[in-house]
Amino acid sequence: MASVSETHPANKPNPARWLVVAVPYLWLLLFFAAPFLIIFKISLSETTIAMPPYTPLFEGFGAFGDFVSELDFDNYLFLTGDPLYIEAYLSSLRIAVISTFLLLLIGYPMALAMARAPTMLRPTLVMLVILPFWTSFLIRVYAWIGILKPDGLLTLLFRSVGLLGVDDQVQILRTDYAVFIGIVYSYLPFMVLPLYSALEKMDNTLLEAASDLGCPPWKAFWKITFPLSLPGVIAGSMICFIPITGEFVIPDLLGGADTLMIGKTLWTEFFGNRDWPLASAVAVILLIMLVVPIMIFQNQQKKVA
Amino acid sequence: MKSSRFDATVLTLGFAFLYIPIIILVVYSFNASKLVTVWGGFSLQWYRTMWSNQGLMDAAWVTARVGVISATIGTVLGTLAALALVRFTRFHGRMLFSGMIYAPLVMPEVITGLSLLLLFVAVGIDRGFWTVVIAHTTFTMCYVAIVVQSRLLTFDLSLEEAALDLGCPPVKTFFKITLPLIFPAVIAGWMLAFTLSLDDLVIASFTTGPGATTLPIKIYSQVRLGVTPEINAICTILIGLVTIGVIIASISTKQTEMRRIRDEHVAARGTT
Repeated sequence: MASVSETHPANKPNPARWLVVAVPYLWLLLFFAAPFLIIFKISLSETTIAMPPYTPLFEGFGAFGDFVSELDFDNYLFLTGDPLYIEAYLSSLRIAVISTFLLLLIGYPMALAMARAPTMLRPTLVMLVILPFWTSFLIRVYAWIGILKPDGLLTLLFRSVGLLGVDDQVQILRTDYAVFIGIVYSYLPFMVLPLYSALEKMDNTLLEAASDLGCPPWKAFWKITFPLSLPGVIAGSMICFIPITGEFVIPDLLGGADTLMIGKTLWTEFFGNRDWPLASAVAVILLIMLVVPIMIFQNQQKKVA
Repeated sequence: MKSSRFDATVLTLGFAFLYIPIIILVVYSFNASKLVTVWGGFSLQWYRTMWSNQGLMDAAWVTARVGVISATIGTVLGTLAALALVRFTRFHGRMLFSGMIYAPLVMPEVITGLSLLLLFVAVGIDRGFWTVVIAHTTFTMCYVAIVVQSRLLTFDLSLEEAALDLGCPPVKTFFKITLPLIFPAVIAGWMLAFTLSLDDLVIASFTTGPGATTLPIKIYSQVRLGVTPEINAICTILIGLVTIGVIIASISTKQTEMRRIRDEHVAARGTT
């Protein structure tokens, strides 16, 4: 790892150095950090029928006392009082946990197989995993509609092999099953790559030693391979779990009316009901739910870097 | 060996799962029949209807411009951020800074989109083309930073130190030594940023305004109305463009890599 010594010229103060840090720092403060303060403030304001549809945000920057007395927790009371929202949060968590588990179940054998493949083949295999990630997310979700819809290709396939009668149709689209298929399909590369990079680094002599000492392969896997790949398991799980919890496109296009996910709820509150403060409150609670996973992810990333 | 047969099966099934839906999508864009399940012979008619769909073409143009501008700004900012993370080990708020680099990678898009929109409204910026550019720059720069950072971590610092010791000013050293060496990563970062921008529906939906409908927004609104071969056609073109881009990029990185190895070889011979 290339670390910079104290005497390296990069650690001496100079204006160019200052700019290297300041420019991206200010950009992120302005367009990533500041918006969170605003979303927090608006989630505490009342809905008004106007444009923008909430009570004014900054009436002069002073008067912090006014600010505090104006805080209005109605949106949060409304959210926590309505079982529909609570169910949407719980349902999002449930879908995210189950799909992360499914992703591990499918991704781990793939990553392991890639790591055990001949060295010559590995770059091609990695490329093959990355390539679908470069093609649009929306397109990949859309591709499944044609396959899963009642008069779609899966029905046709099942009919031709006799799994379904001539008049029967698969009922998968617009159910939670379709959502799981869509999520696993879209997020698989994000799970496989961190797992692969953890497994690829592994020292094979450990497994050889275990086998020489008479350890059966399955036991060697649970005693050596799996524990050593844990950083990859954690990184892959967090990279999938966090965005899946707030996923909008997949439940909207593949899920049914009864598929509750908080990303969809937020979208409807914002675009459908035009209730910006409520949408902001939905976002703030989602963010609070994800703080711990995000921190786990960040620690993992820092260890890698 | 038993395990190698197991591995081959796993990989075959895994890649079949990843690729079959995309292949089906591409094949059916050449279908003469409007029905997705009926094969009515080979035809390019959906490409013609797509071409004459003015709304779709306008959206494609907006998307391309947003992609190029935001990927370029995002690459500059992301490269600077990567340098800041790897080279400057001590500055105030480094924790916050690295947090702000990593968080957007996993942040649900609905949160990023909504919070940026609220910022634009709060400071009174009219939503449109430039707000989408700012939004895309903000999340793509983080991906660029990660890509460039991983290259910088394996960077041989002695080359830079040699230039500095010989009296080359830091800024010139950066442009003469550092940048050429990390350039493949910078290009890879740009391409990643461009495709991410091309791909984004959620953040663009929140931050866009009149006259700045991007392609994903357009495709999404059509998909909601139903599956049509015309969408398959536009998707096929996008997939084709991205595949060609990735292939060109991987060939050119391989060539730069080979040139570098050859140069090092020559240099090593020169010193002995």
